Amino acid sequence: MIDTINTYARKIPTWALYLLLVIPIPYLFYSAATGGMGIEPINALEREMGDLTLKLIIVGLAVTPLRKYLKLNLLKFRRAIGVMAFVYVVVHLGIWVVLDMSLRWEQMWGDIWKRPYITIGMAAFLMMIPLVITSNNLSLRKIGGAAWRKLHKLVYLIAVLGAVHFIMVQKVWEVEPLLHLAVILALLATRYKPSQKAAVVSARG
Amino acid sequence: GALGGAVAAQEALEPNTWEEITTYNNFYEFGTGKSDPADNSGDMITDPWEVTIDGMVDNPGTFSLADLAADMTMEERLYRFRCVEAWAMVIPWNGFELADLLNKAGIQTGATHVAFETAVLPDVMEGVQRRVIDFPYVEGLRLDEAMHPLTIMATGVYGRPMANQNGAPIRLVVPWKYGFKSIKSIVRITVTNEQPPTTWNKIGPREYGFYSNVNPEVDHPRWSQASERLIGGGLFSSRQDTLMFNGYPEVASLYDGMDLTTNY
Repeated sequence: MIDTINTYARKIPTWALYLLLVIPIPYLFYSAATGGMGIEPINALEREMGDLTLKLIIVGLAVTPLRKYLKLNLLKFRRAIGVMAFVYVVVHLGIWVVLDMSLRWEQMWGDIWKRPYITIGMAAFLMMIPLVITSNNLSLRKIGGAAWRKLHKLVYLIAVLGAVHFIMVQKVWEVEPLLHLAVILALLATRYKPSQKAAVVSARG
Repeated sequence: GALGGAVAAQEALEPNTWEEITTYNNFYEFGTGKSDPADNSGDMITDPWEVTIDGMVDNPGTFSLADLAADMTMEERLYRFRCVEAWAMVIPWNGFELADLLNKAGIQTGATHVAFETAVLPDVMEGVQRRVIDFPYVEGLRLDEAMHPLTIMATGVYGRPMANQNGAPIRLVVPWKYGFKSIKSIVRITVTNEQPPTTWNKIGPREYGFYSNVNPEVDHPRWSQASERLIGGGLFSSRQDTLMFNGYPEVASLYDGMDLTTNY
């Protein structure tokens, strides 16, 4: 079963995944503009894009554990997933700047510094920039594999900040954002390697 | 006088549609999503309905809604409605002045505040079943705020009976305060001599004060209150400036000498 999926995954070109992930963007804008997202479409669209950003980051984080524990190999799609997460966050931010805040720069600038959930969201966005810039083979070669991998571990922090941002937008503790954080922490936990000292101790025990 | 000015200002207001007013609501008894109240409040029975008036009044008792509203002067009030979440509507309420009701109940000397309580009906309120916040929802006003002619008890919108999601069959409307002060589906009104606890203040005292007057200069800790979006403009509606006291400057004298930054 896993082997069959892996065989098919090898045949699917990555551009197909880019295409598949781009389609929801114009579709959601169309839906929001034509009443499909309720009478307050700006907020609904903004939240939808933020939610999809976080979900793509989660899927990206799942690639390694899926390979490690289920031998499911989706590694070739990981770059597309990450780049598209960035595209979604740009759309999310763009909706905030243009549609939600109506280009009220002064108010936005104040909010970025004064409101922790916006500060955190903005920090996560800025951290995504170096990752998307280096998401190409040339950068990988230039930087070198080890340093590149180290840099891209920044996505762990980005994911946690994104989930915290989502939790803090709510007026009360909502289940859905907390679930996102729980899934992210679980995916990060699969990467945890006990330190050598601890490993030695457990080996003796 | 001052009220005449407000009425003149109201002429320019364009009311939101019935659909907008009844599909985008906060009513946590029915869930925390904006469409939850419209989706989940259909089973709440609002007729018959009783309201208890107690505390420091000459004529306490439990009254049917019909008896309560019997000799009240019903009128339409087209008010701005500003949610603490920085969105706004314009709503044509039908109702009567709270002052008339309190005068009928007979306020005793020494009373300073009025407390309100929302119905708790777990069988038909899934937010109550899930205990999303502490219920019953409670709110309160200072007596002079409660007696102000702008403060009304609303029983309808657009000349129609109030929709359940809007707080049927009777709710408070205090147009110069954030929407959560305008408590819905009221079952108890208590006149008292102390400041009553209020639900959002209990949840987050740093974020929601007892007064909660609309004030573009005092921000919510998590978002600015300087501007708001009027619901109904679609995807490309732009923000508008939030007005002090939500555009009802005649209430300013209620707060003479008070620091509105600390008394938020």
